[in-house]
Order: sequence, then C-alpha cells, then structure tokens
Amino acid sequence: MIDYFEIFGIPRRLSLSVDDLQQRYYRLSRELHPDRCMNKPAAEQQRALDMSSALNDARRTLQDPIQRANYLLSLEGFDIGEQKSKDVPPELLEEVFELNMALEEMRGGDDSARPQLEQAEANFAKMMGDVDAQLRSLFEKYDAAPERETLSEIRGVLNRRKYIQNLLSEVQSELTPTT
Amino acid sequence: MQIDFGVPEHIVGIDLGTTNSLVAFMDLTGPRIVPGADGDKLVPSVVSIQPNGDIVVGNPARELLLTQPERTVYSVKRLMGRGLADVQEELKLFPFHIAPGSDSVIQLQLGQRTFTPPEISAFVLRQLKQNAEAYFGAPVPKAVITVPAYFNDAQRQATKDAGRIAGLEVLRLVNEPTAASLAYGLDKRKNGIVAVYDFGGGTFDISILKLQDGIFEVLATNGDTHLGGDDIDNLLLRIALEDVASEWGFDLSTDNEGIQRLRRAVIEAKERLSFVPQTNIELEYRGKKYGRELNLELFDKLIKPIVDRTLGPCRDCIKDAGVKIEQIDEVVMVGGSTRIPLVLSAVENLFRVKPHTELNPDEVVALGAAVQAAILSGAVEDKLLLDVTPLSLGIETMGGVVSKLIHRNSTIPASATEGFTTGVDGQRNVLIHVVQGERELVKDCRSLARFDLKDIDPMPAGLARIEVRFLIDANGILNVTARDQRTGKEHSVDVKPSYGLTDEQVETMIRESIEKADQDFNDRQIREARVEADTILAAVEKARRHDAYFDLSEEERAAIDKAVNELLLVYHSGNLDLIRAKIDQVNQVTLKLAENMMNTAVRGALKGSKI
Repeated sequence: MIDYFEIFGIPRRLSLSVDDLQQRYYRLSRELHPDRCMNKPAAEQQRALDMSSALNDARRTLQDPIQRANYLLSLEGFDIGEQKSKDVPPELLEEVFELNMALEEMRGGDDSARPQLEQAEANFAKMMGDVDAQLRSLFEKYDAAPERETLSEIRGVLNRRKYIQNLLSEVQSELTPTT
Repeated sequence: MQIDFGVPEHIVGIDLGTTNSLVAFMDLTGPRIVPGADGDKLVPSVVSIQPNGDIVVGNPARELLLTQPERTVYSVKRLMGRGLADVQEELKLFPFHIAPGSDSVIQLQLGQRTFTPPEISAFVLRQLKQNAEAYFGAPVPKAVITVPAYFNDAQRQATKDAGRIAGLEVLRLVNEPTAASLAYGLDKRKNGIVAVYDFGGGTFDISILKLQDGIFEVLATNGDTHLGGDDIDNLLLRIALEDVASEWGFDLSTDNEGIQRLRRAVIEAKERLSFVPQTNIELEYRGKKYGRELNLELFDKLIKPIVDRTLGPCRDCIKDAGVKIEQIDEVVMVGGSTRIPLVLSAVENLFRVKPHTELNPDEVVALGAAVQAAILSGAVEDKLLLDVTPLSLGIETMGGVVSKLIHRNSTIPASATEGFTTGVDGQRNVLIHVVQGERELVKDCRSLARFDLKDIDPMPAGLARIEVRFLIDANGILNVTARDQRTGKEHSVDVKPSYGLTDEQVETMIRESIEKADQDFNDRQIREARVEADTILAAVEKARRHDAYFDLSEEERAAIDKAVNELLLVYHSGNLDLIRAKIDQVNQVTLKLAENMMNTAVRGALKGSKI
C-alpha cells in the first residue's frame, strides 16, 4: 500500500496545515504531472501517469480531515470498511424513531411535518458540530501521543459522525424540493 | 513517412467546435490562429459528401448545406459518443438520415455511403491539419484537441478516435474552458479564483479555477453537453416555420433546402441582434417572400429560458468548488453565444463582476489549446494545468445500484482500486459494468463500458482475488487494468464500449484514411507542381518576346523549346517526380536567358529609361 503521507514527505499525523499540503502538492505536480513527461520514453510516461494519479489520490484523501483520519486508521490496520451495521447508536434511538415518522409523513405528501423536520435538521447540524469538535481534540491527542486506544476512540466517533451525516442528508433531501 | 526537416516539430492546438473549428500554434510572440487557404480563420464544422466521393469541408460545405442538405452534415459534435436513443430530438431537425444498424454507434447515411460521427469529425480535423501543413510547409503529425469540460468518457473517446482517423497523434484532450483560461494569460495578473463561462454552438460549460504562480487548478466544472446557440436557432426556426406555414399555406419543414435557408436566415438575424436592437428575419424562396421583425426585447424574452438553463450549473459549480461568489475575482467569456447581450448581463448579474470579453470568443479556445501544446512540447515551462473529471465514475453492484469509485471534480489523473471475486464455484469470468453519472441507480447513469475479466482459474466461489484498477488519465478517459492477486499476473480485460467504436473499428478506419491521406498528399503535391509549371511556362512564353531571347544562340533556343515540350508532355501524367524533373530542366536551360534579361534590366535602369 502506498503511504500517502510519505508521498508528501510529511509525518503520519491527523492534524495538518492544508496550505502547506497545497504548496507541496503544486511543487510535486510540476515534477510528476504527465504534461511534464511527454518527450520521455513510454515507460517513463506510464510512470508519470501512475505517480501523478497516486499524488492526486493522496492529496484528495489528506486534505479532508475525515478522509485523512479514515486513511490513517486503515494504515494502522483498522478495518474502516463501510459501516455495515444499521444499528442505531443508543443515544439517538428516540430521535431516529420520531424522525422516521416525520419523514414518512412528508413522503406521503403531508407538509405539516415540515417544522419537525426543520427542527431535526437543526439538531443534527448541531450534533455534527459537536462531533467535529470532539474529533479535533482527539486528533490533537493522538498527534501528541500516538496511542492505538485513541485511534479506536476516533473510529467510534467517525462511525457516529457518518450515521448523523446520513440522517442529515436524508432530512435535507426531503426538505429541498427536487428540481 | 517520416521526414526530418531540421526544424522543431509543430504541435498544433485544435478547437473542434460544434459550429466552427480552428487550428492554432504558439510562436515566440504567443499563440496564433492558422488561417485556411481562403484566409478565413474559422473553418465551419460542416462536411459534404459529393456523389463522386469527393469530401468538401468548411465554407464551401456550408454553402452546399443549402443546395444538398441531405448529403451535408453540420453540428456533428452533438452526435459524438452518443447512442441513437439520446439524439432522437435533434435528429428531427437534421436534414440527413440515419442508416440502419446504428445500435452502439450512429451511422449517418450520406448518399450511398455511411459515416460515423468520428469519421465526419475526422474530415474537419484533416482539413485543419492540411491548413497547418500548408502554412508551415511541413507535416503536422501531433495535436492537442479541445473538448467540452462536461464531455463524458464516450464523447472524449469519440473525439480521440476522430483525431486518430485524421492521421493525428492526439497528445492531449484539453477541456475548452480550461484552455480558454490559458489563452487569457490571467496568471500574469494575479493569483486568484477565475470562472470560465463557455457557451458555444452546442455545449455549455462552466469551470472554476484557482490560479497560483502558473498553476491552473480546476476546482470544479459543470455544464450541459446539449445546450448551446443551436438551441436558440432551433427555437427561432420553429417560430419562423409556423409563420411561413400560416403565411404561405404550406409546411416548409419537409423541404430540406427551404428549411436550411430559413435556418440561415434566423441565425443571421440572431447574430445581428448582438449589435443592433432590431432586425428582420428575411427569406426569399421559390418566388415567395417572408419577413418578420424581431427586436431585442422580444428576442430576450424568447431566449431567457435557454439562458437561464446555464445558471443552475453555474451555481452548482460554485458550490462544488467550495468558494463563495464574492471570492471569484474574474469571469472569462468563451464561445460565440456569449456575444448575446442577455447572456452577458445574466453572467454579470450572477457573478457580480464585469466579465472579460477582450479576446474573440470564437478564437480563445484554440489559442489556449496552442498554449497547452507548447506546455506539452516543453517550450512553456512555467504553466501547468490541473484539470478534473466532470462526472463520477462507478460500477454496478447488486440490485442495479451504483457504487462510486471516483467522484466528480477529482483532479485527474485519478484512480481507484477495487477487489473482485467469483460468486459461484468454477466461475470463469466476472463482468464489470462501469457507469458515469451522479445518480444512485445504474439506469439513471450513463453506461460507459462492460469489462469482462476472463479465464479465471476454476476454484470455489469467493476464492478468486482480482484487483481491478480504474484510472482516469489526463485526457479524462478511463483505463482499466486487472491483476490476479494470487499470482500477481496482469489479468486480461475485454472491453465492450457501450457507445462508441471498438479499437478494431478505429484501426480499420485509420488504415483506410492513411491510404486515402497518402493519396490526398500525393494529389496535393502534383497540384502544387502543376501550379509551379504553369508559372515557369508563362514566364518562358513572356521571355520569348524579350530582346535577351534573341541574343541566345540557335542551340540554346532549341534546348529551351525541347525542355518546354517535355514538361508539357508530362504535365498531365500524374507522375510527380517526372513533373518536378522537367521543371528543373526548364529552369536549367533558361538560366542564361534569365541572366541576360536581368542584365538588360540593370542596363536600362542605369540609363534611367523605363523597362
């Protein structure tokens, strides 16, 4: 497995400067992009294609904190495959139950559920904010002292985040009329 | 045929447009358009197939559109990489017919012959190639060709195929708005965020770029490959047809020539309205006259829905780019349809900046393609384009659901790797269905191709481990490779494109076109040699009346007569070497004559008398 952190020559950390990453990315692109290698032999052109696609994939992954964290988890041997279980986090049980009722009503053409959905949207958005704050502090904790335990905690929060994210987009897609 | 002319190779940039095409190159002063033999920079993307097999391209073909509409093709770009079902609506308005058997690739019936859209485009490309070769006096084997940013894989592949059929090595497909941003040289002015609004004859693109120290990074792109000036033309045409039907009492839409003349009339009226507030759509045909007044106010009202259709993609693009409208420093206008006042004001209203219109919107894409050609040749080193794929790439999974592998607006080259295995004991192959699009279900996305992983060793279900790598290259075209993880060996992949030519079909077309191109090249050289022969024969005839001629000896005059007669004999032979040899011979035997004439002229000049 190619180590994306290694491509950029940066340490395996969860927090990083996106600006610094961008400057490194531009510098490496000037070297590796296929446009720079058109006059070279076919084997080198193929290599440029492989290298620059890896560079682009690496940049895409590392510039987004969530993708970056998932990637680091997988590098450290955690299974980060799609969240398979549909189990609702226990603290969200009641909320999800009511939400589903409201969604049903909306889909059935009953617009009276709209205020409730809007309330749910606001709730989930706030939850996302809390989760992200929690992640930021966990990232700092890991970067200061890289412990597996912290990573495992991060994985838990990431799963919760994904669950809330899905709920949020479900509500939002119901609230915005399809064009 | 490879000739070393001892000069740097010319790599040209080509804008293969819906309505017009252009070829450009870069010299020390910057990018420049190569004019055609008629002096026109724009080559209309119109191809006419004559009954004797001759292919007419450009301005003359545009005229034939009026008199031979059923064997003349325009706007073929709208058919590139498309299936028959996609283009039913436009076909209603095209005068040419579709041949039977147009399942995965549309076949156009033109007279006795059939052509695919890439073959028609190849005729346009070959014309541009010839224009450039005539201009440089050297072969032009390589090109950068532009495509709408929102073109999908099949449309890009079809464009690349067209280049190959035309005998061009297509070094790169560049997205039109991105090319335009290169031509504007905005990087010289500042680092910042730029939007490129490209509204052409048949396609609409919007791209948002970040510029920094010569890096042109596309943040997001959006568009509609079926939205352009053509739609405005068709709208006006429908109105004019209704008028004519009620005024003349018959339906002109069944009259191919009549409809093309009316089409021309509405286009001209549309173009005039970019400069004057009021004009007339006028047609005189078969002794009848039609005229309708059209003012800007009504025109704006009519086309507003079309212009508005460009604004949704703009907003989506801004959102995808992750920028706010206020952050966009500059907006660049590209494509002939941006001359329309309503388009200009709509863009200015949306972006809240005055758009750039300094460069000719018809030329800016070709100029940018020439800059990109110079980047690829190594002549320009400080600039680099980082473009994106416009559409998400995914594979079909259980229940017809799409699993996305590469998301839209990912910088290319981009790749994704996916593991595949068998579902039943002893299964020998796995079929992978690749689609492009943003929707969840396969049926709502665009089918790209089916890849068959063949010759899997028989083994119990689930044991095979085949790793498939999906790579979108810098042209935005998908490449698939597969590896057997147990053996580490490359695994064969059999590709069946859903819309488009197979590699074998393209190879056949290339072979045919190379034979044809060699023939064309030879014909052209013979024509040129004959022109040269005409010039020298005329000069000799004129010289026979000159004093210097009579100063020659009897033998010298006989030698000239002999050489002239021999040149006349081979003139129509079609043997290029022979014609050239005889021209040289005439040159040789008239050297002294020419010298004498020159001397007489000098003597005359010294005496102050008029020669």
